[in-house]
Amino acid sequence: MDTAISVHGLVKTFGTTRALDDLDLTVAAGEVHGFLGPNGAGKTTTIRILLGLLRRDAGQVELLGGDPWRDAVALHRRLAYVPGEVNLWPNLTGGEVIDLLGALRGGMDPVRRADLLDRFELDPTKRCRAYSKGNRQKVALVAAFASDVELYLLDEPTSGLDPLMETVFQDVVRERCRAGRTVLLSSHILSEVEALCDRVTIVRAGRAAESGTFDELRHLTRTSVVVETGRPLAGIGALPGVHDVRADGRLVRFSADQSELNAILARLVACDVHSLVTTPPTLEELFLRHYGTDRVDADLAGAR
Amino acid sequence: MNATTGTLALVRLAWRRDRFTLPAWVLGLSAFTAATTALWANDFRDPVRMVEEARIAATSPGIRMLGLMSGPTVGAYAMVRDYVLIAVLAALMSTFAVVRHTRQGEETGRAELVGAAVVGRGAGLAAALVVTVAADAVLALALAFALVIAGQPAAGSLTAGAAVAAVGVAFAGVAAITSQLATSTRGASGLSAAVLGSAFLCAGIGNAAGSVDAGGTRVNGAWPVWLSPIGWGQQMRPFGGDNWWPLVLVGVSFAGCVGTAAWLASRRDFGHGLLRQRQGSPGAGRALRGPFGLSWRLQRGAFFGWVTGMLGFGLVMGGLTGQVEDSSGAAREWYTRLGGSDQILDAYRASVMQMAAMGAAIYAVQVLLRMRTEEADGPLESVLAAAVGRMRWTAGHAVTALLGVTGLVLAFAIGAGLTAAAVLGDPLRQVWTLVGAGIAQLPGVLVIGAVVIALIGLAPRAAAPLAWLVLIGSIVLGPLFGPTLGAPQWVQDLSPFTHSPKVPAVPMDASAVVALVVTVAVVTAAGLTLLRRRDLALPA
Repeated sequence: MDTAISVHGLVKTFGTTRALDDLDLTVAAGEVHGFLGPNGAGKTTTIRILLGLLRRDAGQVELLGGDPWRDAVALHRRLAYVPGEVNLWPNLTGGEVIDLLGALRGGMDPVRRADLLDRFELDPTKRCRAYSKGNRQKVALVAAFASDVELYLLDEPTSGLDPLMETVFQDVVRERCRAGRTVLLSSHILSEVEALCDRVTIVRAGRAAESGTFDELRHLTRTSVVVETGRPLAGIGALPGVHDVRADGRLVRFSADQSELNAILARLVACDVHSLVTTPPTLEELFLRHYGTDRVDADLAGAR
Repeated sequence: MNATTGTLALVRLAWRRDRFTLPAWVLGLSAFTAATTALWANDFRDPVRMVEEARIAATSPGIRMLGLMSGPTVGAYAMVRDYVLIAVLAALMSTFAVVRHTRQGEETGRAELVGAAVVGRGAGLAAALVVTVAADAVLALALAFALVIAGQPAAGSLTAGAAVAAVGVAFAGVAAITSQLATSTRGASGLSAAVLGSAFLCAGIGNAAGSVDAGGTRVNGAWPVWLSPIGWGQQMRPFGGDNWWPLVLVGVSFAGCVGTAAWLASRRDFGHGLLRQRQGSPGAGRALRGPFGLSWRLQRGAFFGWVTGMLGFGLVMGGLTGQVEDSSGAAREWYTRLGGSDQILDAYRASVMQMAAMGAAIYAVQVLLRMRTEEADGPLESVLAAAVGRMRWTAGHAVTALLGVTGLVLAFAIGAGLTAAAVLGDPLRQVWTLVGAGIAQLPGVLVIGAVVIALIGLAPRAAAPLAWLVLIGSIVLGPLFGPTLGAPQWVQDLSPFTHSPKVPAVPMDASAVVALVVTVAVVTAAGLTLLRRRDLALPA
């Protein structure tokens, strides 16, 4: 089986709110797939539908070859889940919760459990009421990764973790990936997704806005250029594919469409380049491009 | 800035949060007092009957456990019947209010937000106490007013109100201390409730061991009553002398508690209690590794509390068996009507078992509503994301409720059987008869449980208030109150308790039991179907 998750035309409404509006999402088996979007875009709703906690209103959803609503229990033996907001039982200890969740899933590996507790530096004897948000997150992470399952559904799994623990988390995800497991990683932290994911789906307002590998998505965006030239760079702004020109004496900054780079570079060379810095588009920019304008749209929608 | 800077602002905040809760307590307690007192004023218009009834209340140790007789007046009789109950509820009102505005704020993190503002270290505690003591003072006046409305003399009514409020104030002080000791809201309330339990026992044992004066209508308590705020309130003798000096004891106790609490508060860290959180187990035992184990683990503390209470309730009710056998007049009539037989002992057994069953139904509702809490607070998400279906999850909670309810009824039967045997002999037969009576009550209790499951399936967000409404309705329309209220038969028939067989007073009616069991099955199945089909109402 090559596809772990396949979602087509998924719709979910809560009252008058259309939380998911014709969402598509495809995750291949064995990949780490980033599921990116701002808060309220529908990431958690999608994952809860994949878990059979919510019913879909329309669309096709297939998870590990089964129907997430009908075959929930059987499918859940083959997956592990880390919720975005980890709510636990205040009077149970972290260790008890890890064992309980493992047992409910159908067993876990005690060696791996001990190893993960060690790496995440989690004290399992403390009661959950005494844990900070980050530590509750670690309980859920250990409980999930201690089970060797085919698919990990992680909903913003690093919220509350410090940078050191984020590194541990990334190591663990890479190990699982090398072992051939599939990971769906929902996040609004771009660096994390950039560091871990093979492919990414960007969701906004309940729809998949973009989907593809990073290289594919980078074609959609622009390269930042900072250039210092011997002769004044007159008229560069008039070239096709050049945007946002800001000149500071001989130092000029602009962004360039990747398809027009050759023509633009030829023009630069003609003006005697002293220094040139180009930066590949980061996911941040990609994101800003999607949501920078979307925020305006959302404001308009709210005003209506 | 000193320790109490900002108290006034916090008092306003606390009042804003409690503006419905506290008035509801005060109104409820006052209305109950006015209604019951008016009822007895009507029952005992004949002074001869009043003296007779006062003698029974003064001379039977079982009743003395629950109330102190101060003389042959309606007011004094109302104190025997109502005082301990109202005083215990006033103590709970105060405990919950103080804990709500101190420990709960720290546990949820709200107090952290407040504490970062220009607010003194002691302001939270001071504000909680100001609001609570003010509520107790209002309660005193409201109760006095209620008693005057019910036709009682003003002086005694005011003493009665003050005697109840005194217990409330004393326990505001106790809760101020327990809020420093425990780390959790539940722990702080639980410790205070434990103190309340021992106060109840000291007053009860002191009065039971006391002596009756020459007239036979006034009890003088033995020394243990002075160990208990409830005892202090009783010694104020509303409608029987009106002593106000025990309030000095309350004042001293309150000041001592508040001083201790302030001292403890200055010695501990924010958000922590002085009682160390014990290190827990690093892993789950075998028993915890399933939905039933989880449900039992979440409920066992409450269950042990309930079982102790039911056993105690059974011991007291069984201890009264002898007096019931000798009773006459209104009390005898009441039991025979309730029990459905003029075999007074069997009628009594059936009627107390119905009361026990209603208590067990409260527990069943409490246990099953935990399902809803698990959903609303979010831990359910992790359970159902594992390989656990909704049926299995529900079954875990349902089995806990079923076993719990059975355990409670059995505990009551054993307690009542043992003390009844002290009077009647043959403990095995006594217990066995009551166990039979208890089991006959179970299907009726389970109907309530099934309705709770159905409500959770049907209307998750409204399930908790609706469930309590159904329970209260079933109790009010049931055999205990329905006939007294004069409700039409078809309305009484809405309560499952109306259909519970009154064993051993009347022979077991198999068709009624079958009907109840079928109802349980149908309603549960409907609830499960709804639950399986709906979205989970998880937190965002």
